[in-house]
Amino acid sequence: MNFIARWFPYILSGVSVGGQYALIAIGYTMVYGILRLINFAHGDIFMAAGIMMIYLSAVMPLGGAVLLVLLLTMFLGFSVDRIAYKPLRSAPRMSVMISAIGVSYLIQNTVAYLTGGLTKQFVEIPWISDTVTILGASTKRVTLITPALTIVLVVALVFLINRTKVGMGMRAVSRDFETSLLMGIRINSVISITFIIGSFLAAVGSILYFTNYTGVTYTSGAMPGLKAFVAAVFGGIGSIPGAVVGAFVIGICETLLKGMGLTAFSDAFTFALLVVILVLKPTGLFGENIKEKV
Amino acid sequence: MAFFRKHIKTIVPILVLYALVVVLDLIPGVPMMLLTVLKKGAIYSLVAVSMNLLNGFTGLFSLGQAGFMLLGAYTYASLNISSGLKPIVYQYYTPLFRFSITEVLSGVAGSAGAVLGIVLSLVIAGLVAAFFAYLIALPVLKLRGDYLAIATLGFAEIIRALIQLEALAPVTNGSQLLRGFPYFRGLFAPFLISGVCIFLIVLIINSTYGRAFIAIRDDEIAAEAMGINLAYHKRLSFVISSFFAGISGAMLAMYQTSVQANTFKSAMTYEILLIVVIGGIGSVSGSCIGSFLFIAMSEWWLRFLDNSAYNIPGIPLLRPGFRMVVFSVLIMIMVLFFRRGIMGDREFSLSFFSKKTRGEGGRSDSRRETDE
Repeated sequence: MNFIARWFPYILSGVSVGGQYALIAIGYTMVYGILRLINFAHGDIFMAAGIMMIYLSAVMPLGGAVLLVLLLTMFLGFSVDRIAYKPLRSAPRMSVMISAIGVSYLIQNTVAYLTGGLTKQFVEIPWISDTVTILGASTKRVTLITPALTIVLVVALVFLINRTKVGMGMRAVSRDFETSLLMGIRINSVISITFIIGSFLAAVGSILYFTNYTGVTYTSGAMPGLKAFVAAVFGGIGSIPGAVVGAFVIGICETLLKGMGLTAFSDAFTFALLVVILVLKPTGLFGENIKEKV
Repeated sequence: MAFFRKHIKTIVPILVLYALVVVLDLIPGVPMMLLTVLKKGAIYSLVAVSMNLLNGFTGLFSLGQAGFMLLGAYTYASLNISSGLKPIVYQYYTPLFRFSITEVLSGVAGSAGAVLGIVLSLVIAGLVAAFFAYLIALPVLKLRGDYLAIATLGFAEIIRALIQLEALAPVTNGSQLLRGFPYFRGLFAPFLISGVCIFLIVLIINSTYGRAFIAIRDDEIAAEAMGINLAYHKRLSFVISSFFAGISGAMLAMYQTSVQANTFKSAMTYEILLIVVIGGIGSVSGSCIGSFLFIAMSEWWLRFLDNSAYNIPGIPLLRPGFRMVVFSVLIMIMVLFFRRGIMGDREFSLSFFSKKTRGEGGRSDSRRETDE
């Protein structure tokens, strides 16, 4: 009992952090599945959603602000693809990756300009910021909501991919880019929808994630972005269940390490895990094996 | 002599550049900003060329440069903090190194000893970075393309996290900064060190090893069929690149006169990568031009954009931070529309201008545009 009382709060918050990472990781994994591109700007889109939430909730009621943040973030993801990645569809993959790094640089600098480089206080969202007590551990309600919401959204997403026409398009494009073009699939709209879904999930993750932190600044997206990315690689990049499992594993391990007083190790652990999995099984837990041909 | 005559059109501009540097060092009243740009530009040139050796000439897309710079910076700093300042710098810890290489040698041989000490510690800084690169290379270089980029990025982050551990504090001073080590005052020293290192890299590129690297970049399978040992050459390129990244890290420490782990974030690697891309992937002179332009733009030429006094009345657009927004938009334009960078994969020389008119300029255009 003592053991449970000691570790239960950490596991609880680990599951919550894992859920937030999962929402970001799905964006990485879907884009990689389709474009074979590491979207370095995804962490910054996540951060931009947090900043928009702060500014919008100052001028309008909370519900409207949340709705508008979701819409604006989706639009941001859409325009990043249209402006920075679409002109490079036939370019070498390295060019697109460099363009992604450029976009990340641009978003960070723009946010730094708008906020004056200061850390902005995140909004107190009434119901989900409340403190609740569960099995003797007191925590914010968001800790309980996150995993549940994550699972609901993931189930909806898997349904979308496996059962709808758009999803079929996504699967086709990720299997073979050129053939699906010949089959008359409108590749650009499929890619846009992928970016929109990814950004939507990142925005949801952002609102939940920053509720646990006091402030957002222009570099806030980098660390959670990298960790979610590690989660996506860990689970096998391109695979949605993989990203979710990877995110929960990383979230729980990280908070347990913090609970043991090894806070300095918790970041290093994530990357050590990345290197180990890349060396032992480069395609990740659920990744497909790709043979490189001459 | 034949070497000199053959490369006269490259050597002359370089000599002119160094003469200019000496003049700038001697005359008073040179704008502070110009000196900053030149110093920082020289340091970034070296790290950009070292990254280009890996990314541009060997075709290994690595993002670990900041981590190796950090190792070099910490090595240089911890070996050279003057013993008088150690108790102040290592406020909460007992320093592991009780000596300072520069001080010991200058005690033996005066100012020549001090110079020798700095050079020796720069080499040690490079060797430490190269040693870690050697350890990392074995598992990481098996990975291809994107995975290599992520793994090296991860390693840089691990190094940055570990160096701030309490257990290493007698050397690294935990998360506090290191200071009180010797640094160069003039312009000439950074230019000389960077110049020598870049010259060494150019020699490597033009050697048998360099040709093997380029063969690996162009086609791994063909290179292997030609009898090039892939693992050996990739590791060699990785270790050499990290060695010079370590030296440039130590130089950056000297430039900043203090070292802290948080300077060497992945954002730094991204900046160096953008310099390499802007200069032209696969061009040494391009990387140098790119880094001076990059630093001059971000630190100096666009500085007026941060000053709200220059605003057009009624449009309060200019204020601190706007410079970086404009700068990143310029970079995006460069990345999207001038994908081959300033130099492409050609090298700068005086014959560069005449060659263009003869129509040889676009010669190598088709070669690197194909995806692997």
